Amino acid sequence: MNREGRVTRPETTPPIGDQGETFETFTGNRALMLEEALLFEIGGTDRTGVDIVAAPKVASRLGGLERTEPIGLYGLSEPEAVRHYTRLSRQNYGIDLGFFPLGSCTMKHNPRLNEKMARLPGFADIHPLQPVETVQGAFALIHELGEWLKTLTGMPAVAMSPKAGAHGELCGLLAIRSALEARGDARKVVLVPESAHGTNPATAAFCGYAVENIPADAEGRVDLQALKDRLGPDVAGVMITNPNTCGLFERDMAAISEAVHAAGGLVYCDGANFNAIVGRVRPGDLGIDAMHINLHKTFSTPHGGGGPGSGPVVFSAALAPYAPLPFVEKDGDQYRLVEEETAGEHHAGTFGRMVAFHGQMGMFSRALAYILSHGADGLRQVSEDAVLNANYILRSLEDVLDAPFAGTGPCMHEALFSDDGFAEGFTTLDVAKGLIDEGFHPMTMYFPLVVHGAMLIEPTETESRAAIDQFVEALRSVAERAKAGDPVLKAAPIFAPRRRLDETGAARKPVLVWREPAAA
Amino acid sequence: MRYLPLTDADRTAMLAAVGAQTIDDLFVDVPQVARLDGPIAGLPMHASELSVERQLSRMAARNLAAGDAPFFLGCGAYRHHVPASVDHIIQRGEFLTSYTPYQPEIAQGTVQALFEFQTQVARLYGCDVANASMYDGSTACWEAIVMARRITRRGKAVLSAGLHPHYVSVCTTMAKFTGDVLDTAIPELTDGAPGDDMARMLAAVDGDVSCVVVQNPNILGHVTDLSELAERCHAKGALLIAVVTEPVALGAIRSPGEMGADIVVGEGQSIGVGLNFGGPYVGLFATRDKYVRQMPGRLAGETVDADGKRGFVLTLSTREQHIRREKATSNICTNSGLCALAFTIHMSLLGERGLRDLATLNHAKAVAAAEKLATVPGVELVSGPFFNEFTLRLSKEARPVIRALADDGILGGVSLGRLYPGVDALANGLVVAVTETVEPDDVDELAHALEEALA
Repeated sequence: MNREGRVTRPETTPPIGDQGETFETFTGNRALMLEEALLFEIGGTDRTGVDIVAAPKVASRLGGLERTEPIGLYGLSEPEAVRHYTRLSRQNYGIDLGFFPLGSCTMKHNPRLNEKMARLPGFADIHPLQPVETVQGAFALIHELGEWLKTLTGMPAVAMSPKAGAHGELCGLLAIRSALEARGDARKVVLVPESAHGTNPATAAFCGYAVENIPADAEGRVDLQALKDRLGPDVAGVMITNPNTCGLFERDMAAISEAVHAAGGLVYCDGANFNAIVGRVRPGDLGIDAMHINLHKTFSTPHGGGGPGSGPVVFSAALAPYAPLPFVEKDGDQYRLVEEETAGEHHAGTFGRMVAFHGQMGMFSRALAYILSHGADGLRQVSEDAVLNANYILRSLEDVLDAPFAGTGPCMHEALFSDDGFAEGFTTLDVAKGLIDEGFHPMTMYFPLVVHGAMLIEPTETESRAAIDQFVEALRSVAERAKAGDPVLKAAPIFAPRRRLDETGAARKPVLVWREPAAA
Repeated sequence: MRYLPLTDADRTAMLAAVGAQTIDDLFVDVPQVARLDGPIAGLPMHASELSVERQLSRMAARNLAAGDAPFFLGCGAYRHHVPASVDHIIQRGEFLTSYTPYQPEIAQGTVQALFEFQTQVARLYGCDVANASMYDGSTACWEAIVMARRITRRGKAVLSAGLHPHYVSVCTTMAKFTGDVLDTAIPELTDGAPGDDMARMLAAVDGDVSCVVVQNPNILGHVTDLSELAERCHAKGALLIAVVTEPVALGAIRSPGEMGADIVVGEGQSIGVGLNFGGPYVGLFATRDKYVRQMPGRLAGETVDADGKRGFVLTLSTREQHIRREKATSNICTNSGLCALAFTIHMSLLGERGLRDLATLNHAKAVAAAEKLATVPGVELVSGPFFNEFTLRLSKEARPVIRALADDGILGGVSLGRLYPGVDALANGLVVAVTETVEPDDVDELAHALEEALA
């Protein structure tokens, strides 16, 4: 105790163990972990956080359509708004905070240089319909990024406008359908492996195809013989993810492409996992006809809590004529925009337009900053380190977790485990929630569907060996608890902002918007 | 390389730990012919942060930024002032570097913000519910047509002549593949054109039509009462889809929901997001309670946790691709999360009062600008009620005029020739948007420049 009577050492009483676990604060807050009400419970319709100058008096030209009823929008002053959303942010896990091994999502570090570049007024404050002479730098950027994507994939053409991975898939399938229709060969079926992302069958259905599954072989890869047996004049093409969602390289990719082409079909590659091979393998060398590239995965544009993404699509010579509008062409040191107006001269086979404007410019500038930072040598190192980290995790945990394909050789950028060996009643979900308490974002769970209780771990290249070691030891400990049937694991997460949430109840009686209590 | 934490010593030790001699051993499944021996030839090697910043800054400097010019472009993308705190908050790592809230216990920030977003969008649009956002307005528009087909089991959509031509183009592209029939038209510059288009749409609604898609304010900036059209649609078992490309307008004019629209979609870029040369933007999507299970896209919903505390989760995911695969309502996976967050924060800062004041200011500035520009010889205001965007008929073709203005550093609007190439009747049309960012001096400069260009 110092002279003012302030205690300067922790006192040992009262013992926390006796009441501590059940102690609830008056506010519900837990020191730095702050509860936060909804905007509508703290704001008001008469409150605002902007100062808007008084409007000059004019006679209304709204034609009698004035909105006279209350809208019900709640406002906050700026300090309240900053605090509200800052508090909400602290209930989120992010890559900046820790290891985020969400398989298939490639949660790598998001460099802040990219944020700064995207915000240059010359990129952020230009309008998509400005005269092309005033936005030559923007077209130069789109063109340069496109050239990188073509070179890295070994493909002759690229469409930049798709807004996300699934939108890129749509782009690729529409090009395939256009190419087939152009030769008078309407086909009805698209083949998709069982292990595919859900977007693959959904996309194929969205553009009018019937979807059929291709079985996997015992090693987690496409069963080449089964695929060959199914190919025929009704098959428009296949959608293959390579490396696949089990984290394995499709060794037979070239043979798959050859067989599909021989049967008159085309090959779509889901490029979600391009991060594993960028700089080391060009998909174009494996005979694929179209592949989308998730700029928000391989090229590190931030995921932002679920988008915006960006999904440019590279095309083979066979599909290039059908690529969508608009796109940028270089003509000397000038860039021109090919849209509906000029498509007739330059690009008569195009299947049309997929988005209102040019695509995700804000993602293009970030991705190009990332690509230029790494360069050809750095990108190669990216895939090598991503694959090395994943294999290190696979080999560090295969003694405690069932790794269904580990015996067949190395994995690529992600390590896949199953729930085999957990105690009765213990699941992958329990392990995931246990990892939350240990301070990690869980891996992807229950995907791919071909493995029971799948746990798909993608470390990416931006984790240090120390971070990975820490994760491995934590997961080992949680896995051992699942195998031993530790009942406390069923209660996890205990330390997160919320315990397990009732998803069934949420879906049964959906509450999707806030309503005033009196009106509820 | 600054983004790669592994040292060479780490790599050596880790290779040994996995039983590999070299990194090539881990790529053993890649056929030899497809392996690259070293960095791809002809590409630059890694670069410092300073160097990359210089390269990109040089590109950015080749563009004329809206803030450096009198600026009057709209037609689906609007320049509004975004408070500094919006961009500050969305750059917090917990928002910026998080993912889709698949683990809601550690993503309450994202899901609660989406719940607030859905509430704001539903109220702005005058609808019961809204989803957690789409890619942009144009793709949301097509998804709405698909949803109307699902609900009505009819395959024909009537599109207003005032619907943004790029939106029409997106829908036309998709319809070619899905077999949907689209009844489209091109706007006319004759005074009273919206009325003519209304007559066309009213006449077109019959028992085969799934929906009528009408933009308000429309591509010419005109605002229209949709009530009669909604009644006609409902009488024939069709849905009315309203498209709003300028959400600020709904601080001044009646919402589509109030006028009877069943699905309201649009672009949210005006609130919080910025111009960004066309993307990323944020598609808004709202509808009636009874159609919620037919709605595409992610949805945040309220629930409780194991302790009975209120919390939020993604819900009704049995509509979505990761569960339903080929039977999903849409193939959409990602939404536009961070842009939706920016929208939410900006809308929270505005509140009802701020939005109404902002809308009033936009309208007043636009009216003053329209009146001023209409006094320029060779310029005529195409009549019709409008919000913050209006159409001028010039005495000359507008496209070269706009280019000439741009040479003088004035971004004077969007020529209808750019949007409707080859349509002679529209070639002299110029669409001018006037937001709160436009000052009277800017209008004077535009008026002066138009006067010179048209002389």
